[in-house]
Amino acid sequence: MRLGRVLGSVVCTVRAPDLDGEKFLLVQPLDAGQRPLGATVVACDVARSGPGDLVLWVGGREAGLALPRAFVPVDATIIGHVEAASSVAPHGAAPAAAGR
Amino acid sequence: MQLARVVGTVVSTVKEPRMRELKLQVLRLLDENGRATGAYQVAVDAVGAGQGDVVLFAGGSSARQTGLTDGKPTDATIMAIVDSWDVHGKVVWSAAAETPS
Repeated sequence: MRLGRVLGSVVCTVRAPDLDGEKFLLVQPLDAGQRPLGATVVACDVARSGPGDLVLWVGGREAGLALPRAFVPVDATIIGHVEAASSVAPHGAAPAAAGR
Repeated sequence: MQLARVVGTVVSTVKEPRMRELKLQVLRLLDENGRATGAYQVAVDAVGAGQGDVVLFAGGSSARQTGLTDGKPTDATIMAIVDSWDVHGKVVWSAAAETPS
Protein backbone atom coordinates (compact mmCIF):
# COMPACT_ATOMS: atom_id res chain seq x y z
CA MET A 1 0.00 0.00 0.00
CA ARG A 2 1.02 3.58 -0.45
CA LEU A 3 0.13 7.03 0.83
CA GLY A 4 -1.57 9.51 -1.48
CA ARG A 5 -3.41 12.79 -1.63
CA VAL A 6 -6.73 12.98 -3.48
CA LEU A 7 -6.57 15.74 -6.09
CA GLY A 8 -9.97 15.41 -7.76
CA SER A 9 -12.30 13.13 -9.66
CA VAL A 10 -12.52 11.68 -13.16
CA VAL A 11 -15.89 11.37 -14.91
CA CYS A 12 -16.34 8.40 -17.26
CA THR A 13 -19.71 7.48 -18.79
CA VAL A 14 -18.41 4.73 -21.06
CA ARG A 15 -16.67 2.03 -18.99
CA ALA A 16 -16.17 -1.71 -18.80
CA PRO A 17 -19.46 -3.34 -17.69
CA ASP A 18 -18.27 -4.47 -14.27
CA LEU A 19 -17.24 -0.92 -13.36
CA ASP A 20 -20.77 0.50 -13.21
CA GLY A 21 -21.15 2.59 -10.07
CA GLU A 22 -17.45 2.85 -9.30
CA LYS A 23 -15.98 6.27 -8.59
CA PHE A 24 -12.63 7.28 -10.11
CA LEU A 25 -10.40 9.68 -8.16
CA LEU A 26 -7.17 11.35 -9.19
CA VAL A 27 -4.48 10.62 -6.57
CA GLN A 28 -0.98 12.05 -6.12
CA PRO A 29 1.25 9.34 -4.59
CA LEU A 30 3.32 10.56 -1.63
CA ASP A 31 6.56 9.50 0.00
CA ALA A 32 6.92 8.80 3.74
CA GLY A 33 7.34 12.54 4.31
CA GLN A 34 4.12 13.21 2.37
CA ARG A 35 5.93 14.82 -0.53
CA PRO A 36 4.68 14.09 -4.07
CA LEU A 37 6.38 11.00 -5.49
CA GLY A 38 5.92 9.99 -9.10
CA ALA A 39 3.07 10.37 -11.55
CA THR A 40 -0.57 10.76 -10.51
CA VAL A 41 -2.77 7.68 -10.67
CA VAL A 42 -6.51 7.22 -11.06
CA ALA A 43 -7.97 5.01 -8.33
CA CYS A 44 -11.34 3.54 -7.41
CA ASP A 45 -12.49 4.32 -3.88
CA VAL A 46 -14.11 2.32 -1.09
CA ALA A 47 -13.43 4.95 1.61
CA ARG A 48 -15.67 7.83 0.48
CA SER A 49 -12.70 10.06 -0.19
CA GLY A 50 -12.72 13.59 -1.54
CA PRO A 51 -10.26 16.22 -2.73
CA GLY A 52 -7.54 17.02 -0.19
CA ASP A 53 -7.88 13.74 1.74
CA LEU A 54 -4.74 11.89 2.79
CA VAL A 55 -5.41 8.27 1.89
CA LEU A 56 -4.02 4.75 1.81
CA TRP A 57 -4.27 3.07 -1.58
CA VAL A 58 -3.42 -0.35 -2.92
CA GLY A 59 -2.06 -1.00 -6.39
CA GLY A 60 -1.89 -3.94 -8.76
CA ARG A 61 -4.26 -6.91 -8.98
CA GLU A 62 -5.13 -6.56 -5.29
CA ALA A 63 -6.87 -3.25 -6.03
CA GLY A 64 -9.78 -5.19 -7.49
CA LEU A 65 -10.10 -7.35 -4.39
CA ALA A 66 -11.13 -4.28 -2.39
CA LEU A 67 -14.19 -3.74 -4.59
CA PRO A 68 -17.59 -5.45 -4.35
CA ARG A 69 -16.93 -7.24 -7.65
CA ALA A 70 -13.34 -8.47 -7.44
CA PHE A 71 -12.99 -9.46 -11.11
CA VAL A 72 -12.60 -5.92 -12.48
CA PRO A 73 -9.93 -4.16 -14.55
CA VAL A 74 -8.79 -1.92 -11.69
CA ASP A 75 -5.13 -1.48 -10.68
CA ALA A 76 -5.51 1.14 -7.92
CA THR A 77 -8.08 1.48 -5.11
CA ILE A 78 -8.24 3.82 -2.12
CA ILE A 79 -8.87 1.59 0.90
CA GLY A 80 -8.63 4.00 3.82
CA HIS A 81 -8.23 7.50 5.16
CA VAL A 82 -5.02 8.37 7.01
CA GLU A 83 -5.35 10.34 10.23
CA ALA A 84 -1.70 10.12 11.20
CA ALA A 85 1.46 8.81 9.60
CA SER A 86 4.96 9.07 11.01
CA SER A 87 8.30 7.90 9.79
CA VAL A 88 11.81 7.74 11.12
CA ALA A 89 13.42 10.30 8.89
CA PRO A 90 16.88 9.61 7.47
CA HIS A 91 19.84 11.91 8.13
CA GLY A 92 18.32 13.42 11.27
CA ALA A 93 15.54 15.27 9.44
CA ALA A 94 12.36 15.95 11.37
CA PRO A 95 9.74 13.19 11.02
CA ALA A 96 6.72 14.07 8.95
CA ALA A 97 3.46 15.00 10.62
CA ALA A 98 0.05 14.12 9.23
CA GLY A 99 -2.12 16.77 7.66
CA ARG A 100 -1.58 19.27 4.92
CA MET B 1 -5.16 3.47 -13.73
CA GLN B 2 -3.65 6.23 -15.79
CA LEU B 3 -4.94 8.99 -18.04
CA ALA B 4 -3.96 8.71 -21.69
CA ARG B 5 -5.02 9.78 -25.17
CA VAL B 6 -5.58 7.36 -28.05
CA VAL B 7 -3.12 8.42 -30.74
CA GLY B 8 -3.08 5.40 -33.01
CA THR B 9 -3.80 1.75 -33.58
CA VAL B 10 -1.56 -1.27 -33.92
CA VAL B 11 -2.01 -3.70 -36.80
CA SER B 12 -0.45 -7.07 -36.06
CA THR B 13 -1.23 -10.10 -38.19
CA VAL B 14 1.17 -12.62 -36.70
CA LYS B 15 0.47 -12.75 -32.99
CA GLU B 16 -0.29 -14.97 -30.06
CA PRO B 17 -3.54 -16.81 -30.97
CA ARG B 18 -5.51 -15.55 -27.95
CA MET B 19 -4.74 -11.95 -28.95
CA ARG B 20 -6.27 -12.31 -32.41
CA GLU B 21 -9.62 -10.65 -31.88
CA LEU B 22 -8.41 -7.85 -29.65
CA LYS B 23 -8.10 -4.25 -30.82
CA LEU B 24 -4.78 -2.66 -29.85
CA GLN B 25 -4.49 1.11 -29.39
CA VAL B 26 -1.42 3.29 -29.01
CA LEU B 27 -1.78 5.60 -26.00
CA ARG B 28 0.13 8.74 -25.08
CA LEU B 29 0.07 9.13 -21.29
CA LEU B 30 -1.21 12.39 -19.77
CA ASP B 31 -0.48 14.05 -16.44
CA GLU B 32 -3.11 15.61 -14.14
CA ASN B 33 -2.94 18.83 -16.19
CA GLY B 34 -3.64 17.05 -19.45
CA ARG B 35 -0.10 17.38 -20.74
CA ALA B 36 1.71 14.48 -22.42
CA THR B 37 4.26 12.90 -20.09
CA GLY B 38 6.34 11.55 -22.97
CA ALA B 39 5.48 7.94 -22.16
CA TYR B 40 3.52 5.67 -24.50
CA GLN B 41 1.62 2.44 -23.96
CA VAL B 42 -0.03 -0.12 -26.22
CA ALA B 43 -3.29 -1.34 -24.69
CA VAL B 44 -6.16 -3.70 -25.50
CA ASP B 45 -9.37 -1.74 -25.99
CA ALA B 46 -12.29 -3.13 -23.93
CA VAL B 47 -14.64 -0.15 -24.39
CA GLY B 48 -14.55 0.86 -28.08
CA ALA B 49 -12.40 3.97 -27.75
CA GLY B 50 -11.63 6.00 -30.87
CA GLN B 51 -8.76 8.07 -32.18
CA GLY B 52 -8.32 11.19 -30.03
CA ASP B 53 -10.38 9.91 -27.08
CA VAL B 54 -8.97 10.41 -23.58
CA VAL B 55 -9.19 7.12 -21.70
CA LEU B 56 -8.25 5.28 -18.53
CA PHE B 57 -6.24 2.08 -18.75
CA ALA B 58 -5.44 -0.52 -16.13
CA GLY B 59 -2.02 -2.15 -16.10
CA GLY B 60 -0.43 -5.36 -14.86
CA SER B 61 -2.50 -8.45 -14.12
CA SER B 62 -5.54 -6.20 -13.57
CA ALA B 63 -5.58 -5.76 -17.35
CA ARG B 64 -6.78 -9.40 -17.63
CA GLN B 65 -9.79 -8.82 -15.40
CA THR B 66 -12.38 -8.27 -18.15
CA GLY B 67 -14.51 -10.75 -20.05
CA LEU B 68 -12.59 -9.76 -23.18
CA THR B 69 -9.08 -10.20 -21.79
CA ASP B 70 -9.54 -13.02 -19.25
CA GLY B 71 -6.62 -15.45 -19.50
CA LYS B 72 -4.97 -13.50 -22.31
CA PRO B 73 -1.41 -12.18 -22.35
CA THR B 74 -2.12 -8.45 -21.95
CA ASP B 75 -0.69 -6.07 -19.36
CA ALA B 76 -2.66 -2.95 -20.34
CA THR B 77 -6.40 -2.61 -21.02
CA ILE B 78 -8.47 0.48 -21.75
CA MET B 79 -11.43 0.18 -19.34
CA ALA B 80 -13.09 3.62 -19.50
CA ILE B 81 -13.47 6.68 -21.75
CA VAL B 82 -12.96 9.97 -19.90
CA ASP B 83 -15.59 12.74 -20.17
CA SER B 84 -13.78 15.17 -17.86
CA TRP B 85 -11.69 15.48 -14.73
CA ASP B 86 -11.21 18.09 -12.06
CA VAL B 87 -8.47 19.02 -9.60
CA HIS B 88 -9.58 20.64 -6.32
CA GLY B 89 -13.01 21.38 -7.79
CA LYS B 90 -11.77 23.05 -10.96
CA VAL B 91 -12.38 21.29 -14.28
CA VAL B 92 -8.98 20.73 -15.88
CA TRP B 93 -10.09 18.92 -19.01
CA SER B 94 -13.38 17.98 -20.63
CA ALA B 95 -14.21 16.28 -23.89
CA ALA B 96 -17.10 18.69 -24.42
CA ALA B 97 -14.81 21.74 -24.21
CA GLU B 98 -12.30 20.16 -26.57
CA THR B 99 -14.72 19.12 -29.33
CA PRO B 100 -15.80 21.98 -31.61
CA SER B 101 -19.61 22.04 -31.74
